[in-house]
Amino acid sequence: MGRKLLLEHDNKPGIQGLEGYRANGGYRSVEKALKTMSPEAVLEEVKKSGLRGRGGAGFPTGLKWSFLAKTFPRYLVVNADESEPGTFKDRYLMERIPHILIEGMITSSFAMGANVSYIYIRGEYFYIYRILERAIAEARAAGWLGRNIIGSGFDHDIHVQVGAGAYICGEETALLESLEGKRGNPRIKPPFPAVKGLYDCPTVVNNVETIAAVVPIVNDGGEEYAKIGIGKSTGTKLISAGGNIKKPGVYEIELGITCEEFLNSDEWCGGVKGRELKAVVPGGSSVPIIPAELYFKTANFEPRLMTYESLSDGGFVSGSMLGSGGFYAYNDAQCIVRSTWNHTRFYHHESCGQCSPCREGTGWMEKVLHRLEHGQGRMDDIDLLWDIQRRIEGNTICPLGDAAAWPVASAIRHFRDEFEYHATHPTKVKDPKHFEKEPFKRQPKFATI
Amino acid sequence: MSVRVRPITTIEGTLPFSFSEAGLAECRRLMARYPEGRSKSALLPILHIAQSENEGWLSVNAMDAVAQVMGLLHIEVYEVASFYSMYNLHPIGRHHLEVCRTTPCMVRGSDDIIEHIEKKLGIHVGETTKDGMFTLKGVECLGSCGTAPMLQCGAKYHENLTTEKVDALIDQLRNEPRNNYTDQ
Repeated sequence: MGRKLLLEHDNKPGIQGLEGYRANGGYRSVEKALKTMSPEAVLEEVKKSGLRGRGGAGFPTGLKWSFLAKTFPRYLVVNADESEPGTFKDRYLMERIPHILIEGMITSSFAMGANVSYIYIRGEYFYIYRILERAIAEARAAGWLGRNIIGSGFDHDIHVQVGAGAYICGEETALLESLEGKRGNPRIKPPFPAVKGLYDCPTVVNNVETIAAVVPIVNDGGEEYAKIGIGKSTGTKLISAGGNIKKPGVYEIELGITCEEFLNSDEWCGGVKGRELKAVVPGGSSVPIIPAELYFKTANFEPRLMTYESLSDGGFVSGSMLGSGGFYAYNDAQCIVRSTWNHTRFYHHESCGQCSPCREGTGWMEKVLHRLEHGQGRMDDIDLLWDIQRRIEGNTICPLGDAAAWPVASAIRHFRDEFEYHATHPTKVKDPKHFEKEPFKRQPKFATI
Repeated sequence: MSVRVRPITTIEGTLPFSFSEAGLAECRRLMARYPEGRSKSALLPILHIAQSENEGWLSVNAMDAVAQVMGLLHIEVYEVASFYSMYNLHPIGRHHLEVCRTTPCMVRGSDDIIEHIEKKLGIHVGETTKDGMFTLKGVECLGSCGTAPMLQCGAKYHENLTTEKVDALIDQLRNEPRNNYTDQ
């Protein structure tokens, strides 16, 4: 049984309300930070903990905070626009334990010197917006928010802003645009938000889970937190598991357990449902898809671990990324061309339209994949797809372009024979469930022991 | 990606719109939350209120009313309303069935659910039934991948769907008033 820091009290009665949360040690970090620590000391603990951004990029949080320009006012903005396909961990956390986010925000804002912070939550989570509003009202009434919090002289207030359905608003500068009441078009960086963010003021944008992790870090100390995990992947991580597995759900793991254990142990996913494992997307739809054999072992035949480093071992040739922790597995009835087409339709739908490579390229890839999947493809479509994705990657303002390119590139890299099958067997693939009776037999490129 | 704002020339499109007392009070409260001179930040939540008070969609009249309440140019409202997928710029049925069809849902059978609803209601994705009761929409990831397949109707998530559950839901919705995102 791994240690849990965020979901430790997940099943306690009344944990959603302030009273139940308080009874389980809630708001201790606020008391500790505001009464006995300086803002610099809190920042130092976060740096010592080695906490990395849990939204997907994995950037060291303490470092991000230390980039803040030395002017006021400053803002903390929590990114709750969780829209990466496969990811639903923040939803779970905010729904079950809303106060841990509020507590983390007060403590973090104290460290940054921000007196107002915002939660930007996606519009589809309207019911969680209500939960957060209620929790904030409770916290305000109990004196955890407002003026002179617990007599420390620190003022703080939190507002929740609700979005309206746009994946791109999960990108931090697009989120800030949206929070200012505009279209969610990402800004050109630099200037980075730490210098010129919300309302042109220094701003830190952090994921929900990152901010929640500040609570155990301040409570137990950064060094204690850093004891969990391996190397630069410290602490625990929420993984939302879905796809063809026996036990979908949100799990808190200690970084560093093996991928095999995570997938097959009854404590977590419980194994693949019914059929054999074909491929895994380990960190949300934007990360490269990897075939089963590369999920369990790296190209050097070392067991793959659930850490930032191990999952990206081998680069994009044989590795993937931990990303946002949106894990989903495919069994051998699934078609890679179909799922890649589905991913690409998603990115085409969600492209903001600012940069031509992404706006045009995603639509083009969608069309080509659609015709391949529906039995109208040609052999040279595969090279065409490769060519388009290569021209999108790195040529856009924000990472959505890369995120659209990577799933296509990795699918072709690992499952090229399946794409060729689609071009050569048009009548077979016209049935949408073409691999259900007769799974596709592929030749693994990386030999397995 | 964005869609073009065009005035709807049917009767619904020309109906006048004005906020309710409660809606207007909520708009004022939202605008006051932001620093001075930054009340435009409240545009997204206010558009949600306008949509809920206008039968689930934003007519040009409704958007103009938002512009007036917030002191914005009309175009500032149109360009935002046309960017976000939750704002409907066309009239919709009483119940908006938004079925998630992104990959994690697809591998767990969302295609079958969509096909079932299409057959049951006799419409395709993107269409409204003749009696104006249901609109079916295929949407992208709603963050419910562990409980897929799923659909959203108003603020409510209906998860772990089977064809039987969908049938029961549709029968139940026939007797219910409109569900909005902003419902309590």
